[in-house]
Amino acid sequence: MTRIGVVTFPGSLDDRDAARAVRLAGGEPVRLWHRDTDLAGVEAIILPGGFSYGDYLRTGAIARFSPVMGSVISAAGRGVPVLGICNGFQILCESHLLPGALTRNNHLHFICRDQRLRIESSRTVWTAGYQPGAEIVIPVKNGEGRYVADRDTLARLDGDGLVVARYLHGNPNGSVADIAGITNPAGNVVGLMPHPEHAVEALTGPGTDGLGFFTSVLRRLVPA
Amino acid sequence: MTARIHNPVAIDTVEHAAATPAMPQPYAELGLAADEYERIRTILGRRPTGCELAMYAVMWSEHCSYKSSKIHLRQFAEKAPHSDALLVGMGENAGVVDLGQGWAVTFKIESHNHPSFVEPYQGAATGVGGIVRDILSMGARPAAVLDPLRFGPLNAADTGRVLPGVVAGIGGYGNCLGVPTIGGELVFDRSYAGNPLVNALCVGVLRRNAIKLAKASGPGNQVILYGAKTGRDGIGGVSVLASATFGAAGDGGGDAAKKPSVQVGDPFTEKTLIECSLELFERDLVAGIQDLGGAGLACATSELASAGTGGMRVWLDRVRLREPSMAPHEVLTSESQERMCAIVAPADVPDFLAVCEKWDVDAVVIGEVSAVTPAEADAGGRLVISWHGEVVVDVPPRTVAHDGPVYARPLARPADQDALVADAPSPARLARPAGGAELRGTLLRLAGSANLCAKSWVTAQYDRYVQGNTVLAQPADAGMIRVDESTGLGVAVSTDGNGRYTRLDPYTGAQLALVEAYRNVAATGARPLAVTNCLNFGSPEDPAVMWQFAEAVGGLADGCLALGIPVTGGNVSFYNQTANTAILPTPIVGVVGVIDDVARRTPTGFRRAGDVVLLLGATSDEFGGSEWAHVVHGHLGGRPPAVDLAAERLLAELLVAGSRERLLSAAHDLSDGGLAQALVESCLVGAIGVRLALPGDLDPFVALFAESAARALVAVPSSSEPRFTEMCRARGFPITRLGVVAGDAIDVQGQFSIPLAELRSVHEATLPARFG
Repeated sequence: MTRIGVVTFPGSLDDRDAARAVRLAGGEPVRLWHRDTDLAGVEAIILPGGFSYGDYLRTGAIARFSPVMGSVISAAGRGVPVLGICNGFQILCESHLLPGALTRNNHLHFICRDQRLRIESSRTVWTAGYQPGAEIVIPVKNGEGRYVADRDTLARLDGDGLVVARYLHGNPNGSVADIAGITNPAGNVVGLMPHPEHAVEALTGPGTDGLGFFTSVLRRLVPA
Repeated sequence: MTARIHNPVAIDTVEHAAATPAMPQPYAELGLAADEYERIRTILGRRPTGCELAMYAVMWSEHCSYKSSKIHLRQFAEKAPHSDALLVGMGENAGVVDLGQGWAVTFKIESHNHPSFVEPYQGAATGVGGIVRDILSMGARPAAVLDPLRFGPLNAADTGRVLPGVVAGIGGYGNCLGVPTIGGELVFDRSYAGNPLVNALCVGVLRRNAIKLAKASGPGNQVILYGAKTGRDGIGGVSVLASATFGAAGDGGGDAAKKPSVQVGDPFTEKTLIECSLELFERDLVAGIQDLGGAGLACATSELASAGTGGMRVWLDRVRLREPSMAPHEVLTSESQERMCAIVAPADVPDFLAVCEKWDVDAVVIGEVSAVTPAEADAGGRLVISWHGEVVVDVPPRTVAHDGPVYARPLARPADQDALVADAPSPARLARPAGGAELRGTLLRLAGSANLCAKSWVTAQYDRYVQGNTVLAQPADAGMIRVDESTGLGVAVSTDGNGRYTRLDPYTGAQLALVEAYRNVAATGARPLAVTNCLNFGSPEDPAVMWQFAEAVGGLADGCLALGIPVTGGNVSFYNQTANTAILPTPIVGVVGVIDDVARRTPTGFRRAGDVVLLLGATSDEFGGSEWAHVVHGHLGGRPPAVDLAAERLLAELLVAGSRERLLSAAHDLSDGGLAQALVESCLVGAIGVRLALPGDLDPFVALFAESAARALVAVPSSSEPRFTEMCRARGFPITRLGVVAGDAIDVQGQFSIPLAELRSVHEATLPARFG
């Protein structure tokens, strides 16, 4: 069974949810600890949502210097799939694996709601199972989810097709260009503000639209 | 490293106290009465030291000792129905109920009213933190939170300060803990203007053989304080804030002088404390445990010792401090958050400390359980606390924690009670709408009113998804979480309370809170199991308030007995008043129910066109304390709706059986705002309309807006209608076919039609228009 690591930082909240999503998608979740540098041979890595290290200083800013992140950064450089969800996305930006930053929501409130998204790119390992342009509904929940980047970066994200998902029917946090998620040029590192791991069972989420992120990477990793 | 500042001259030791019996002591400033102070001197056979005085003062405060409420609360035990499900009853940090399949659930509600008025964000945040630690200390993973809230009028200036702060505090803390917020209430009334109510209920899940208790047994076992460092925050929280009345309000600033008594929370520390504690429990490294909340170490050490062997030795100077200049009485009574006190076998201490180190949680051995002589045991045990080698406390812990004063306060039916009840909302007294246009206007006005409007501006600030087990959350009748992923076993929880009903008749009002929560749980398909309550009242020194309290407790105890669900614990919050004016008496009742498979839960919203809409229960002309009288006429008088506990039981049976047989596609309890409001919510939640005819034997206004209890609105697929109707008839329970789920409007034949788009804009606009 394909092994996917889920990192737990102190203050991680959705780590068990991400592990459940991996399991429901048919993979084997492996718990990784922030103090460890050994990635236990996992074939992909998820940085889950939460408030790592309390998100003091700046969201994701302390987690970026944790022992595990050194290994994650080098694994990402070797092409290992990495998905950062919410706080994980913030950590990926702080780690410079992805450009830009996530800042305080424009309305200054935490917001939790079911959010419609459009999948803009199916060329990443995490979204390969979606049709380009597919519309999905998954929860968004954050206080600092407003994506910002300088004009050149935005032009490059647009021009190179690096925007993975955009908010539809109302931008929940003021993200520039309605950006909900982005990828690196190689397509192995994806950061996403909304939470696909909370939409993997009809019983507990708005639907199962989020499962595709986990099945996509598993399909890619299964030896032909 | 900062050197600890230690000034022995200022320390009032036991030796010094014995030598200076006449030294005046500030007992009155600490909230103790003269006779209470004398009693402490009698217990100790000398004057108390400064530390001892501080300890008795906080532990004998109303908040900690329940001295005014105890004689009434005994009814919950005396009248408790037999329940095989009850594993841990009243008196522990929280009650525990058996769910079957080896699982148990623990739950409790508490108040943080006064701190939330003084400092809304931290007051509410630490309210959540405190109740979550109570649940954790039972050995459970905190699994859900519900927040019943009461504020002054929506448009009052101070509501604009208090409400956003409270909501942000609950969210800011709860969202960082990874515990979903799945329900609660939001009610506005001018009686809460100077005294908002911030109650928080937490539910925890555990294996039934893994329950932890708060007792220090086994001489030689070590006492470990772990979690955050101890600082000067929250000193006197339970005595200064929770057990006293505030002065006149309306300055818009809370009570700034009392701000230092409010604790400051750090949810990140609490989150690591939760995970660290759960790992300690799992590795069986904990023999007894108590969270530190109100009265801090004074409470934890005396309660643990009193409930256990009776003896404890504490080296207080070992406590890690944020401020090294703290005096020992401050260390003892600090209410710094995110701390726990564990009793650990000596052999387990290294492993215990290693787990704490893994989670970067501070931990230090501060004492040990000691043996007591038979004479000491008789006297209430012996707790000895020293500070840099000098004994500052030497007391029988039972006299501090469990044998505090008990008062039979005078009761008196309020002077205005008869006049209030006589002022019934008759058609002659309050003009009623007539005809389709007026009924339509009334429905819209109520649907957009402060208490009945959509609450999503608030609930969208709470994470309801985390942990991935939330099956139902606000605005559902009850929140529901899955407990076991493999079997679908789950629990449903609802909190309810109605201060206006309780003001008109406290006995009935408390029962109405109970039956509404009970009905809400049953509406989801879960079987109600047990009760917790938070009793928010004015000053116990006012005989009229004490009468309300006694009546409400009696009603609740009798109601629980009749419904067969025991009270497992709760909280009393007195002194909720501004100068001489008490809040509406507000007992909030939480009911927990069990469901064997959450997949069969019944949702609140209508789902499918063509489903048949049925009204269960009988409707009477009952408008005393109603939302209609409140919103349209600003009137409060008459009697609240009658309670029929037998009918509530039958209705709950029908709702559970209907779910079990999968006959119901939706169910919604009828309460505030009556049938009209239930229709509004079921249509808007489901985003589908309804076409119906009102029962011909009722005045249309009464049919739509009366608030008779023991009623519910259900939708059933037409194929299930005969079976479900037959189930109701067989039990002799009233059932009325109203119409069908259809279209995109509420269409009341012969009266009016309201498009859902219009309804939604009215229902959802109110809070955003006020708070942005």
